[in-house]
Amino acid sequence: MDDLLSEFLTETNENIGIVDAALVELEQNPEEESQIDNIFRLVHTIKGTCGFLGLPRLEAVAHAGENVLGKIRDKELNVTADVVTIILEAMDVIKDVLEALEQTEKEPEGNDSDLIRRLNEVAYGTPPAEAAPVEIVKPHVEATEEELEAAFAAAAGPDDDDAGTSGDLPEILKSTEVRPGEVSEADLEAAFAAAPGPDDDVVVAEEMPEPVAPKVVPAKVAKPAAAPAAKDNGHKETSLANQSIRVNVELLENLMTMVSELVLTRNQLLQMVRGMDDNEFTVPLQRLSHVTTELQEGLMKTRMQPIGNAWSKLPRIVRDLSQDLNKKIDLVMHGAETELDRQVLELIKDPLTHMVRNSADHGLEVPQERLAAGKKEIGRIVLDAYHEGGHIIITITDDGRGLNSEKIKKKIIENELATESELESMSTQQIQNFVMRAGFSTAEKVTNVSGRGVGMDVVRSNIEKIGGTIELKSEEGSGSKFTIKIPLTLAIVSALIVECCHERFAIPQISVVELVRASTDGRSDNTIEMINESPVLRLRDRLLPLVHLNDILRLQTSADEVAEQSAVKGSEEFIIVTQVGAYTFGIVVDRVFDTEEIVVKPVAPILRDLSIFSGNTILGDGSVIMILDPNGIAAKSGENVVGDHTVEEEANKVSTDSDKIALLICRAGGSEPKAVPLSLVARLEEVDVDTIETTNGQMVVQYRGKIMPLITVNDKATITDSGRQPILVFSDNDRTMGLVVDEIVDIVDEHLNVEMASSTEGMIGSAIVREKATDIIDVGYYLQKCFGDWFGSSSTTSFGADQPSQRVLLVDDSPFFQNMLVPLLSVAGYEVSTAENPVQALDMRENGEHFDVIVSDIEMPGMDGFQFAEEVLKDERWADTPIVALSSHTTQQDFDRGRKAGFSDYVAKFDRDALMSTLSQTLRVGGGSK
Amino acid sequence: MSLSDMQEYVTVTIAGQMFGIPVLQVHDVLGSIKLTKIPLAPPEVAGALNLRGRIVTCIDVRKRLGLEASDESKGRMSVVVEHHGEPYSLLIDSVGEVLSLKTDKLEMNPGTMDARWREVSSGIYRTENKLLVILQIDRLLDFAVGTNAAA
Repeated sequence: MDDLLSEFLTETNENIGIVDAALVELEQNPEEESQIDNIFRLVHTIKGTCGFLGLPRLEAVAHAGENVLGKIRDKELNVTADVVTIILEAMDVIKDVLEALEQTEKEPEGNDSDLIRRLNEVAYGTPPAEAAPVEIVKPHVEATEEELEAAFAAAAGPDDDDAGTSGDLPEILKSTEVRPGEVSEADLEAAFAAAPGPDDDVVVAEEMPEPVAPKVVPAKVAKPAAAPAAKDNGHKETSLANQSIRVNVELLENLMTMVSELVLTRNQLLQMVRGMDDNEFTVPLQRLSHVTTELQEGLMKTRMQPIGNAWSKLPRIVRDLSQDLNKKIDLVMHGAETELDRQVLELIKDPLTHMVRNSADHGLEVPQERLAAGKKEIGRIVLDAYHEGGHIIITITDDGRGLNSEKIKKKIIENELATESELESMSTQQIQNFVMRAGFSTAEKVTNVSGRGVGMDVVRSNIEKIGGTIELKSEEGSGSKFTIKIPLTLAIVSALIVECCHERFAIPQISVVELVRASTDGRSDNTIEMINESPVLRLRDRLLPLVHLNDILRLQTSADEVAEQSAVKGSEEFIIVTQVGAYTFGIVVDRVFDTEEIVVKPVAPILRDLSIFSGNTILGDGSVIMILDPNGIAAKSGENVVGDHTVEEEANKVSTDSDKIALLICRAGGSEPKAVPLSLVARLEEVDVDTIETTNGQMVVQYRGKIMPLITVNDKATITDSGRQPILVFSDNDRTMGLVVDEIVDIVDEHLNVEMASSTEGMIGSAIVREKATDIIDVGYYLQKCFGDWFGSSSTTSFGADQPSQRVLLVDDSPFFQNMLVPLLSVAGYEVSTAENPVQALDMRENGEHFDVIVSDIEMPGMDGFQFAEEVLKDERWADTPIVALSSHTTQQDFDRGRKAGFSDYVAKFDRDALMSTLSQTLRVGGGSK
Repeated sequence: MSLSDMQEYVTVTIAGQMFGIPVLQVHDVLGSIKLTKIPLAPPEVAGALNLRGRIVTCIDVRKRLGLEASDESKGRMSVVVEHHGEPYSLLIDSVGEVLSLKTDKLEMNPGTMDARWREVSSGIYRTENKLLVILQIDRLLDFAVGTNAAA
């Protein structure tokens, strides 16, 4: 395609876009004169250039449209919805023809006479005598004779020009004779008139970088002078600044790549110079470095475009939608001038459009519904964009009907995306986030606007592809809000270089919230503690879950290195505190180097599935290192993140649900369901039956570098011949046991009422779970069976007498809870004694028994927990022993009452983690504080 | 014997077996180069290396073909090929000469050939001293992508 045509297409397409938006605005402000002028001039220009290039169909339609606009401008015609609609129709036709033109380089066949007739009807009130092209439009010649002369003179100039455009010129001029009736001198003049005057946009082709003197019309005169004349000074250009230049995108991309390489090479040089003493290279290199940074920043800026560009088509779309759907919609856009990288802009254009359509189609209600709900008739969709940190935040808010959780739940169950019980434990936000999954749509019928369920997941993946996040908040009845967060720069990022197991990795600086130096032996202020094998860090007032990078990357596998890792290690470790969505956690690494600017290169396709890496890069010294993605690390460490839920939310949920405990339902050795309290289970695993070996008559399997014995529930249980067998893993600090099950069925939150005590070994009793009689597994029994000394471990510790196990007294009237808590506590390394009620406990005191800590239930028949505490305090034998309260009632009042009664702490009954951390904290403090 | 009947191959040796790669597919031959291991990558991926500013994924052909690992402790030579627009370096033991062979002399894979080899071989040549297995780069590298996707 020749340059002329492609330039024409680009510019005309752009102009049509402007006309679209302007028309919609005009419809809302019919009196805005400058708007009318603008639209008229644009259409006029389009018509003129079409004529130039010999495109009769386009010219005819544009001409007819121009007639209507002329009438509007002359105030002989009012701006009504119908008028705007028909002009928009004309624009659409032009768009179609342009598209075909792009494909075939020829105008497609077609008859627009109907449209033209209607346009003329609108303009003149009567059908015209002939078709438009014959008319010679008397344009408003806005240029003086002199300027015209100057233009012609300059145009003749390019004889000495090299780009070969001079060849074109006589051609085009000649071509004017081809269509005598049409492109007359007058038209020519008009086209020139419309051409940019002084200090206007200078349109320059890529091959001709030298800017022609501003006062002169550019050498490529024949090129459609499509840049809107700035004669009308009052009107601000939306997309081009006054002094702007049009550059091919590919050129910019190339520049970008080259500057990136330049940055890398500069880094390399800096690295080398760093090692050397001061010499003559240092100063010039510093200068070079400075200049490179500026060049990089400047180039970044060239690619920045205001987000308004992505929004420009939206008013028209919303207008059409509101007509199609018979709704009244008001689109408000804030922050259109917020700039972002062009690449990013391209990628979010479609997602934004999709979301606006969703809001219009699904979110906003029809006027009657809105009035009935007490809202204003006109629905509002608000787009907002602003910079924050290193990101651009875009929000789309509508005041429509919001998301209906019930409907969503139904659809989720229908599409089998989750089970009902899983849904029970989810927060509203989590449920709402399901709408962003593939195939999901609660629309009853599919319209051509939306409802097919292929949109939001694509939106989300597109946004995540560029490193952004999307969140949804919705309130039923009031509306919905989407928040998109996108990093500002794509290619070059600041990254922290860290080392793990002698390998270096990079973490994007943006993800790093904090760096903490910690040790496991109390040497530094921050100590890594273990809660049932999971390391956590107490950071100021919160508990930060930790992830060892070498674990995630499976870099250390040999046994002695694993031992190194345990609490005995005591050496320094560095923790990178990072945040993913609302979830904050820490990554433990061996060393931290410095921050470097790196060019992010995507990983090879083979490695695309590795979610822990977001790319790789070449450092200053030439070595290749992988870039870690905290998102992927969080996912790998077992937490479900990214917009779904926060750990705190979960914890809150658990504590407010009284009397329900999480049970894992499975089938093992029989078809009746069996259940085990989830809090006892360390992990759920599946092992390949091929890897199960037998030693000493005991089935074992290699698990995480150690040998794990496997126990079956009863003699009836069998292991499958091939494939994988599910295992429930129970563990304490260094021992693990796997309980073989046939099938893991579900995890539920249930009120547990152990009704029938069981005489079967291995079962505590039966309870009704999910309306079925279910055996509750007695975990303690199996642990005992496997390791005879599981519970008596303290006496056999080889660590020496100076580390006796802490003695815990558990006072609880429910045998079930005893059975559950005892293994829990002993698994954590405590020596546990139990009492069924306070009286028994007090008897133990009489017998001279001492404990390091007492854990007591509150709700007990006879003497309740509060009274027990008071009793304990009264007598000096146990007065110093800290008592921790366990209860399903956890309001502030209960807490206060507990404190008053003498409890040193108060824990929710089902919060295993809280119990563990409270115990360790209480014991460490020495039991002195009450 | 017109030129169009001849195909040129770069011969490489891996675990004592000679392989041929169509010469036009070979972009580079590298000596031993520092390799960065990639944790959690599929076993065939030996790591990544820096080739004039481009990050190239290094594939251990021995693993891909099910041969035992090399006992060479120093870095190994590699041959850089391109697949779907991405550069890949294939670890080999040594590079031989470029042979010009007649296309009609290419023989089919013997029925007894290992299935994995059969997938990636487009045929065998009988040269004076050894058998030359012609490698089909596309299939050699596609498989790795496939397993990774399935994994």
